Amino acid sequence: MVAYQLSVFAENKPGRLAKVTGILKKGKINIRAITISTSDGFGVINLIVDDPERARSILEDEGLTVSMKEVVAVVIEDKPGGLDKLIQLLFDEDINVENAYGFVLESREKAVFVVDVNQLEKTQKVLEDAGLKTLDAQALSAIEPFHYMKY
Amino acid sequence: MYWEKETETMPGNRLEELQLARLKKSVEKASASVFYGGLFKKTNLDSNGIKSLEDIKKIPLTTKDDLREHWPYGFLAVSRDELVRMHSSSGTTGRATVIFHTIDDIKEWTNIVARSMYMTGMRKSDVFQNMMTYGLFTGGLGFHYGAEKLGALVIPAGAGNSKRQIQLMQDFGTTAIHIIPSYALHLLSVFEEMGVDPRSDTQLQIAFLGAEPHSEKTREKIEEFYGIKAYNSYGLSEMDGPGVAFECRRQNGMHIWEDNFIVEIINPDTLEPVPDGEEGELVLTTLLRDGMPILRYRTKDLTRIIPGPCECGRTHVRIERIKGRTDDMLILKGVNIFPIQIEKKLMDVPGVGTNFLIILERKGFNDHMTVRVEVQKEFFSGDLKQLENLRRRIVEELKGDILITPKVELVEPGSLPKSEGKAVRVIDNREE
Ligand SMILES: [Zn+2]
Repeated sequence: MVAYQLSVFAENKPGRLAKVTGILKKGKINIRAITISTSDGFGVINLIVDDPERARSILEDEGLTVSMKEVVAVVIEDKPGGLDKLIQLLFDEDINVENAYGFVLESREKAVFVVDVNQLEKTQKVLEDAGLKTLDAQALSAIEPFHYMKY
Repeated sequence: MYWEKETETMPGNRLEELQLARLKKSVEKASASVFYGGLFKKTNLDSNGIKSLEDIKKIPLTTKDDLREHWPYGFLAVSRDELVRMHSSSGTTGRATVIFHTIDDIKEWTNIVARSMYMTGMRKSDVFQNMMTYGLFTGGLGFHYGAEKLGALVIPAGAGNSKRQIQLMQDFGTTAIHIIPSYALHLLSVFEEMGVDPRSDTQLQIAFLGAEPHSEKTREKIEEFYGIKAYNSYGLSEMDGPGVAFECRRQNGMHIWEDNFIVEIINPDTLEPVPDGEEGELVLTTLLRDGMPILRYRTKDLTRIIPGPCECGRTHVRIERIKGRTDDMLILKGVNIFPIQIEKKLMDVPGVGTNFLIILERKGFNDHMTVRVEVQKEFFSGDLKQLENLRRRIVEELKGDILITPKVELVEPGSLPKSEGKAVRVIDNREE
């Protein structure tokens, strides 16, 4: 199963992130996870939301530059070594992780790790063979309130 | 195919004869003005001294400063009662200049605009939307009169109000437009917003691009996105306005109407003529203007003459796309840079959007150039590395061309200030 990640192009200037979250709040979109990566003068805001299609369209209506891509949302155990298991698995299979971030589903029980990989189909198969559960957009939208994983 | 076949295809020697006869008349007419009257007395020159076209060099060059110093009536060669129109240049640097026209001047000017438009294939069945500022600026009325003379239906839309422009195009089946190139690119986002595809939802066929120098790549983009032919044009208010030079359907240089103007290219430093085909400053002389003849006017525009005849059969000389104005030239760390050079490089890089801005600053004793570049919307895939690569590529491309390493900032599509007139490409924050 694949999930969708929204990416918003943002110049590094005050208020860009607030603009994005403000628009989503107004549109009653739930943010599951958010990460920001920045470079020299500009950055990309990555979002996992409960309704990616609608979120994309309301962000674009406000003039933002948005792109949507398929990522894998893996359910892992929220305990020491939970994440390592996943990463080792991908490493063994030579799958390159472009970006990764996670959030807690149930404290000390389950977490979701979002991985943006270069070989989407292979990744799905590897995870399936290893018995790891992945979530799609619907499953993500059904998730109850959660806490962000802290790094 | 030709508006005036005999004139347009006149063999070189006959064209020169015509020019010589008209130049003599022009000198004679000009001597009635305060400025040229005084100048000819000082240099001991009159129309009898013009025996060949070579003799034009005996006449001193006229500059914009001369026009300013003799503002407003110092160049007038007829009584004020004869005047029917005035136009004024934007005056971005210093005092504006003013040009007066008699009824015959307007007639001749209108004719070369009609001739130019006809040359690109526009006919009386066309619907022409003039998306240019009317008023003191010559671009609006000049094209308006030319298109009417040609017999087309003219929609005098004027500049700005993008949604209405698109609505007019759809409602009245506009086939030809006159538009500033940077605005044509900006308008694409409005088309998209309105859900109108200029290629399939309009009947556009021809665009006349004017009022601002632009690169070949910009033309190509406009042609591709609109599904039309875009023709470059050149004019300046001191030489009437639009219609001085225009591309034919070959799109390989702009024909200057030599029955109306004498063309020279000089070295802007030595003021000597450059060999044919070499770049220099364009100098023009009016041949058919009664109200305000101007002789050997330094346009400050840099170009070169394209040697050899044009395949279209017209014998009038062609100039290359204007490289820049000597006024627009930026000097940074001793290097001369034209904004159009930067545009040309940027438009060649995939992923670059439609707008950019150059910012110059002085830090201590050093000048710094920052180029803010809009990213193309479709290019953005959410990948930060891809953006970093784009930024690096732009830096490399510019460095290779202008020999200075600029700071390049990528900005969101549509975030730079848009203009419905000439685009603002440079902000110079350096103190004098
Ligand atoms: Zn030609």
